[in-house]
Amino acid sequence: MFYREAGQFKASYQEDQQIFPIRQDRIGFWVAMAFLFLAVPMIANQYWLQAILTPVLIFSLAALGLNILTGYAGQLSLGSAAFMAVGAFGTYNFMLRIDGMPFLVALVLGGLCAAAVGILFGLPSLRIKGFYLAVATLAAQFFIVWVLVKFGWFSNYSTSGVITAQQVEIFGFAFDTPLLKYLLTLVIVCVFALFAKNMVRSATGRKWMAVRDMDVAAEVIGIRLMGTKLQAFAISSFYCGVAGALYAYMYLGTVEPEGFNLDLSFRILFMIIIGGVGSILGSFIGAAFIVLLPVFLNVVMHTSIGAFVPPNIAANLELIIFGGLIVFFLIVEPHGLARLWQLAKEKLRIWPFPH
Amino acid sequence: MAREIGEVILDLQNISLRFGGVKALTDISFNVREHEIRAIIGPNGAGKSSMLNVINGVYHPQEGTIIFRGEKRREMEPHMAASQGIARTFQNIALFKGMTVLDNIMTGRNLMMKTNFLHHALFWGKAQREEIEHRKKVEEVIDFLEIQSIRKTPVGRLPYGLQKRVELARALAAEPSLLLLDEPMAGMNVEEKQDMCRFVLDVNDQFGTTIVLIEHDMGVVMDISDRVVVLDYGKKIGDGAPDEVKNDPKVIEAYLGTSH
Repeated sequence: MFYREAGQFKASYQEDQQIFPIRQDRIGFWVAMAFLFLAVPMIANQYWLQAILTPVLIFSLAALGLNILTGYAGQLSLGSAAFMAVGAFGTYNFMLRIDGMPFLVALVLGGLCAAAVGILFGLPSLRIKGFYLAVATLAAQFFIVWVLVKFGWFSNYSTSGVITAQQVEIFGFAFDTPLLKYLLTLVIVCVFALFAKNMVRSATGRKWMAVRDMDVAAEVIGIRLMGTKLQAFAISSFYCGVAGALYAYMYLGTVEPEGFNLDLSFRILFMIIIGGVGSILGSFIGAAFIVLLPVFLNVVMHTSIGAFVPPNIAANLELIIFGGLIVFFLIVEPHGLARLWQLAKEKLRIWPFPH
Repeated sequence: MAREIGEVILDLQNISLRFGGVKALTDISFNVREHEIRAIIGPNGAGKSSMLNVINGVYHPQEGTIIFRGEKRREMEPHMAASQGIARTFQNIALFKGMTVLDNIMTGRNLMMKTNFLHHALFWGKAQREEIEHRKKVEEVIDFLEIQSIRKTPVGRLPYGLQKRVELARALAAEPSLLLLDEPMAGMNVEEKQDMCRFVLDVNDQFGTTIVLIEHDMGVVMDISDRVVVLDYGKKIGDGAPDEVKNDPKVIEAYLGTSH
């Protein structure tokens, strides 16, 4: 009854092309933004900012990167964590080796390194598709981690390749508290999410989706498959690389190559599957789901049955419920939580009537 | 009719196409004149679709030459054909299922868009102007094919007949000079066929687009085409005006059949 576009007429194509064509959505978006930028800093404590909200944002960015590649361009990849590693180590080396390197520039350069590596490991996509491509991208996963461990230069010859992120300063202003790190991450993620949304709603995104949905037809109307696929790999890896650098600089502080293992790649893949393949919002929902749900379950366990069950059984129970919920949501909506949200909105438009 | 059939724009000479030991096309020659509607008919497996695939570069013939607008070529990539103004539709609908009707048709204009992904990421100024400019053209196509009401619908949800129409819209959005239609009326009921015939004739008449079409409905073919080429087992067995072809004993034996 409250959510419908009745009476909202579009008088120009520009109005019709807005990201949120419905006024209620725009209001909802700005409320959410105000909450993240204003309310969260006031109410959240250090633990929440540092251990939950910042990683959710960083994983959202990585999931966004993978979603560009897998969800929009249709190329399956299991190398996301490796591209994150390239971004993290790239940014670290630019900061380390160039005096007075501004952090944001190093971040972008680190992302560009990841993009270059992404193009390289995207080359098999020109010949192979689907699961076979996923297996080919596994090569990136193992090879890059191996290179970073094997050649000490990348980690400035520290033991077992551990790097410690330098202090982040932007225009002489140090980002050293969890709150400031959260805000900086939030700004970066918002900007990149906007860029991603803009790309997928314009010709770039249409080319990706055309290649995903029907590559022969795409070719026949003049889309070059090679360029489009490699572009998707580059942009996706750039996003993952920036996420990796934020992972090191804004979240953990110290990272090692082994931290960017296949496990992390799978987590990011699960995020987009649960959140919604081919959806910007889905990347955020998926990341929040995968990061928050275990925390939530843990709290619930402790407050409810924690007193009666030994801690080791409670811990396993959490994992079982976590897995069960993932399966449940996939059965309820195989297209992810973002689709559920979309369906809810469609229902809401005609509520209280069924049709 | 206002349009006048002009010079030969596409000349196929001695085309042969093999897949391993299978001869799909053997020594086929025919031409297409500007502004005409040229039909290709023949029984199943005669090589009609292969012929279209040769024309727009999906298949590369082993022998023969193709002269398109005075330019001689043996083979080309599909995107090159697209940039020369050849568009097509497919026998089995080849739309982008996950995208809306509008996005599908907008994709048809991709070759005319000059901005790159960096402009798109900002979606400001040049990119936005270009998007709106092309949207206007796309809306003209949408009006022309009378699909205004479904422009925001994902194509996967549309019925078959409308999907065929959207595919034609996507091809038209590229403003082609040569349009290849692979069975545009297959699986349609009488009304849908009539609509489609009207659209094909209107495209030909209003935009002067040259059309090569494959169709099994003989009534349609004989009514709307200017010249017909008949294939059987990868060989050309007839070529000429509909009336000539209809009465050609070889064509009757191979394809049209006689009443007993």
